[in-house]
Amino acid sequence: MITVSSLLDNEWYERYRKISKLNIRSSIYDVTNRCNLRCRGCFFFSSGEHKAAKEEMDILKWERFIEKEKDRGVNLAILIGGEPTLCLDRVEAFYKRLPTFCATNGLIKVPRDRFPDMMVGISLWGDEQDEKLLRGQDCFAISSKNYEGDEYTYYLYTITPRQLGKTERIIKKIRDIGVKVHMQLLSNDESVDGFSWRDGELVDICAEMDEMLDHYPDTVISSRYYHKVITSGNMLDRDFGWLECPSVTETFDNRNPKPKRLIHFIRWASDLKTMHRCCTSETRDCTTCKDGAAYMSWVMVNKKAHIRTAEDLKNWIEVYEMFAKLYRFIPW
Amino acid sequence: MTAETTTNDIINRVAHVMIEELKLEDVTPETFDPDIDLVDEIGIDSMDLATVALVLQDEYGMRFDEDDYPKLTTIRLIAEYIKKELS
Ligand code: SF4
Ligand code: SF4
Repeated sequence: MITVSSLLDNEWYERYRKISKLNIRSSIYDVTNRCNLRCRGCFFFSSGEHKAAKEEMDILKWERFIEKEKDRGVNLAILIGGEPTLCLDRVEAFYKRLPTFCATNGLIKVPRDRFPDMMVGISLWGDEQDEKLLRGQDCFAISSKNYEGDEYTYYLYTITPRQLGKTERIIKKIRDIGVKVHMQLLSNDESVDGFSWRDGELVDICAEMDEMLDHYPDTVISSRYYHKVITSGNMLDRDFGWLECPSVTETFDNRNPKPKRLIHFIRWASDLKTMHRCCTSETRDCTTCKDGAAYMSWVMVNKKAHIRTAEDLKNWIEVYEMFAKLYRFIPW
Repeated sequence: MTAETTTNDIINRVAHVMIEELKLEDVTPETFDPDIDLVDEIGIDSMDLATVALVLQDEYGMRFDEDDYPKLTTIRLIAEYIKKELS
């Protein structure tokens, strides 16, 4: 039987030990149904999830709900929306009770006196032209001013097919304002012309993501293995999709056999009662889904499968470390 | 049957169930070190543990409390847990 210590030298074993008992149990919360943008390709609005449930307005109910989530074993609250910063009292209710990550478009600054060390992930879709076309404005121009030098912030840079060969300028812009960046791929939920990945492009973008990681290791939070898995949709000769996805809400999970999955994961709507099928929209086609968090989790929940060669296990460690950094379980 | 023999029997059975249910390769109940850290060394997670627990619960007519999973890091600790539940 292959054991971890038989595959790793001391340095890697120490890295492994630091993450092996973290036991991260995340769930996702729609903080609000509203947003100050309407991006073309937003899974939330395009799938009608903003109408799936009536927003709970009573903050006391939010507080009681979060306490229950804590009792359920959740130790990482991932806040999405709509735009969570439109409801800072709800964000605060999470932040006071649980390790909290807040996704935002960055147009409103999270006040650091209220949220000194909350991890903030700012969405960025391609370059200025892409953002104007898909989101109606150059969001980076505003968010970069709001979050310049913020050590608990990173950009979630969604690479579009039009970014091929152009990502370095964006990475440099982010580096220059002293913020980290994590890369993911556009899923193009509203089939906007020219924004779907074509054959061959994913291979090229994989190489480009590797290059960015190599050239800007202090800015880019990523791993080569993650690039390979998300661009190929394949891990250890298995294809990503519904049958493998780890980020399916527990109560919706009728798959048989059950794949490795996030324990007790639920994505909650903002009425605090309705649940969504998975970490992204139910209308998304699993075969083309490029959800970065789902891919990362796919690697992470399949630890045992990676305990077969030193290279596989090191790949697993790097992805886990990446996730743990992005959600503030370990420092940058 | 002495208390010690009983624990060893359970250890052997837990090892057997673990190998069967989790399809562990290159190991037998006899060669499975009962003190090896299942989480750190073999990569067993709470989902694996739940799978094994279901079978053991049926066999021994007892219940594992999910909150106790983090403590059940070796085959010996699982066997001792079962034994305590049965006593
Ligand atoms: S900012 Fe986010 S929630 Fe708002 S429309 Fe754009 S993608 Fe959707
Ligand atoms: S759409 Fe993506 S995240 Fe949702 S179940 Fe399918 S593969 Fe998983």
